[in-house]
Amino acid sequence: MTGSVGTSPARVGGIGRVTGQQAYVADLDLEDVLHVKLVTVDAARGRIGEIDARAALDVPGVRLVMTAADLPHPIPRFGPQRRDRPVLAVGETKYHGEPVAAVAAETSDAAEEAARLVRVACEELPALHTLAASLADRAPLVQDPSLRPDDPHAGTNVLSEHRYGWGDLDGAMREADVVIDGTYTFPMVTQFAIEPHAFMAAPDGDGIAIWSAIQHPYWLQRVIADLVGLPLAKVRVIAPDPGGAFGGKQHAKYEPLLAFMALKMGRPVRLVLTLEETFQAVRRGAAQVRVRSGFRSDGTLVFREIDADYLIGAYADIADRTVAKGSYTSGGPYRCPATRIVARSVLSHTVPSTAFRGFGNPQQIWAVESSMDEAALQLGIDPLALRLKNLAGPGEVFLPDDRPADGDWAQTVNRAAELIGWGTPVPPGRGRGLAVGLKSGPTTGLSYSTVRLLADGSVVVNAGTSDMGQGARTIFAQIAAQELGAPVEWVRVVMGDTAVVPYDQQTSASRSSVLMGNSVLLACQDIQAKIRAMAARLESVEEGDIEVSRGEVRIGDRVLPIRDILVRGLGRLGGEVIGIGEARKEAEPGHPLGGTAAFYEFNCTAVEVEVDRDTGDIVVARYVTVSDVGKALNPTQVRGQDEGAAIMGLGHTLMEQYIYDVTGRLRNLGAIDYRIPTSMDLPLQMESDIVENDDGPGPYGAKGMSEGALLPVAPAVAAAVRDAVGVVIRDLPLTPERVWRALQEAQVDAP
Amino acid sequence: MTTSRQIEMTVNGRTRSMAIAAHHTLLEVLRDDLGLTGTKECCLVGECGACTVLVDEVSVDSCLVLAAEADGACVTTVEGLAVGGRLHPLQQAFLDTGAVQCGFCIPGQLIAARALLARSPHPSRAEIEEGLAGNLCRCAGYEQIIEAVLAAAALDETGDRAVADGDAHAPAMGDRASTPNADVAPQ
Repeated sequence: MTGSVGTSPARVGGIGRVTGQQAYVADLDLEDVLHVKLVTVDAARGRIGEIDARAALDVPGVRLVMTAADLPHPIPRFGPQRRDRPVLAVGETKYHGEPVAAVAAETSDAAEEAARLVRVACEELPALHTLAASLADRAPLVQDPSLRPDDPHAGTNVLSEHRYGWGDLDGAMREADVVIDGTYTFPMVTQFAIEPHAFMAAPDGDGIAIWSAIQHPYWLQRVIADLVGLPLAKVRVIAPDPGGAFGGKQHAKYEPLLAFMALKMGRPVRLVLTLEETFQAVRRGAAQVRVRSGFRSDGTLVFREIDADYLIGAYADIADRTVAKGSYTSGGPYRCPATRIVARSVLSHTVPSTAFRGFGNPQQIWAVESSMDEAALQLGIDPLALRLKNLAGPGEVFLPDDRPADGDWAQTVNRAAELIGWGTPVPPGRGRGLAVGLKSGPTTGLSYSTVRLLADGSVVVNAGTSDMGQGARTIFAQIAAQELGAPVEWVRVVMGDTAVVPYDQQTSASRSSVLMGNSVLLACQDIQAKIRAMAARLESVEEGDIEVSRGEVRIGDRVLPIRDILVRGLGRLGGEVIGIGEARKEAEPGHPLGGTAAFYEFNCTAVEVEVDRDTGDIVVARYVTVSDVGKALNPTQVRGQDEGAAIMGLGHTLMEQYIYDVTGRLRNLGAIDYRIPTSMDLPLQMESDIVENDDGPGPYGAKGMSEGALLPVAPAVAAAVRDAVGVVIRDLPLTPERVWRALQEAQVDAP
Repeated sequence: MTTSRQIEMTVNGRTRSMAIAAHHTLLEVLRDDLGLTGTKECCLVGECGACTVLVDEVSVDSCLVLAAEADGACVTTVEGLAVGGRLHPLQQAFLDTGAVQCGFCIPGQLIAARALLARSPHPSRAEIEEGLAGNLCRCAGYEQIIEAVLAAAALDETGDRAVADGDAHAPAMGDRASTPNADVAPQ
């Protein structure tokens, strides 16, 4: 059957994307819509005084200038972890770019003009934008302690502290022959989806409709229902496919504001952020990570101690969860008898950090894998051999009470080493480096789907996943095609509307192929069971003597296409056969993360670089990325995810970082001053490969795989730089200036 | 106050006369006045390439061009690439190589690629990297996009697949005059 699992049919939704027909949120037009523009103040932290909207309201076409005064008291707050973010800033802004008001007007021109005319009395206050400042004695508190009742850290800027560990650390420390101690930093970076965030809201009968390019439509539904006091069924979330999301579109941002504006005006409202505003809406947490690792002289890892401080923003969003999850596995895929991990989420007057591909892990993998490279150097052991020596074997428990190693990870490492030519002479002027990355997949999950087998054998799949480019639609279509015997071109996949598709918990943690994939597979199997009953009735045989699988009905020696039984079974009225799927991963309340990993993502990246000693410029000459994916359901899409993650990783490795000035204003807002990789920044040669042992929990043995290839990019590149020019750099990004300075210092230090 | 101005453009082969706000960019007019939302809005400073269109066969960032400047010009957007319901070879190649992921940058990539192939029908990989350097892709399907452009260029060399199939003739890369869509009557 065309498009069956393991092949690479053209992307479902691809034609719309090459013809311009694909409608993203900003492409949708609502009748009678009001255009919204946010009003901000020129300060990071500012005490808000009087807001004078008279001049703004005089602009023709302006219908509303919404401030906190127009919202219920106390101000409604929301957030996926803590209800700490106000719908509009009240009393004090907490970061540069936080809106204090919003204008709604008949045209976007009028909204923009009026937004500039809203006068906000604002007294600028000292702002915190570094870990040191936030953690200093007598630092101002980012969050009012009254928002944090019963929180022992409420009198500090530490939002929470996570502690994990096992084994006898003191005893293990005595066993170590060599201890490696280093502190590493990871900058603030932003998702930079090419589609800036866009939102609409409209009264919808006695309910409300929200449009958002959101990864979790059903989570947003709960947030809005709760804030405006409506039953879930009266909140319709329409989530057109996002134009890139990368975690930045997981959780509510301005949808609550738009909901209140739409209800107040009784009209649809629309807000399309500029890229600059998107920079001020989402970013990844910065981190400072100290790693102490002890080894025996033969390279055996005996202990690991990790202290990580993440600089999150002014509100929790999902940042504290990224800290918890990124820390829990931060020791890496190694067996380590004694481990202590302490990680803190530190509040600051900066853009609230949120989920971003890798979810808290890349920061710590940067540190721990770099420390592995330094350890190898000090021990006089090859970095590849050191990793292989300590790598958990298949089925080995390496995190107490969690999922054992669910892959033969040495295969992945060896494959990457083979492809880069590890152990062969390095060309003159170049250096080689290698690193691994491990990430825990989802710890809980719940995905429902319905699959409809129509009278002609074509199929409609209803799934609440968001297809943000990862290609979930194609995967689900392939599963349905395979199981129901329809060509993939005969499958329609419906997503992104809570009034239409059944509940899905979320699109995150590379879960969709596994969780929703299993759900769709179960729904297809439900249909197969109904086809079996039909066949038994039509053929007067026992159901037990009939097998239905992979699009076929087997009755004794006879093999019939499902469609034959379907057409006869449905009879003259036609109709359809409906299957229901439900895939869940239950919470485990005793587990530090609330649940074990559904699967691990595992990747090994190996690179060869050239470093220009005069400029510090790094050229990535060769790049190899290998992921353990269990089973590639669509090899082309797997490659797209792996290579895309790799290039995104080169962004934070080589060039990306937010630059805050001393006042806490973000200075490199937008595409001119914040650079992401272009087609000119690619490795000179790039190779991606996969390991498939059909050993994942998803359909046909698949594992989630969309983040793994980003995890070890930075430590692999830094190791190669160290190999090429002999300098160890512990801060990202590896800009030419930073590399050049390190080279200068090394020269000065040289005897 | 907004000043209005009357302009006439040929957009994807169709002549459009309209009153526009004098300060509106070509991007705004295409998206908001003509409803051609295939051209995307992202950075608005000419860095991301999501809004790339052809103006008289030159690729431009439509966010940096006032619509008034395009008065009298021929504009091609992504909606004008497929002719008679048949995908342009570049569009097909983008689908075949898996170059399309989230899709948001793709209209700009396609237009930039078409301009590149018009300048250089058989570009080297380096020329493609440079020719598309102004079009950001955060899914970073650059490798697949480059492969797609190479594939489309190769296709053009061996003769259009559409001709081989005996179907409608897709415009040859360098053949600028053939772009207007004859199926659409001028306004």
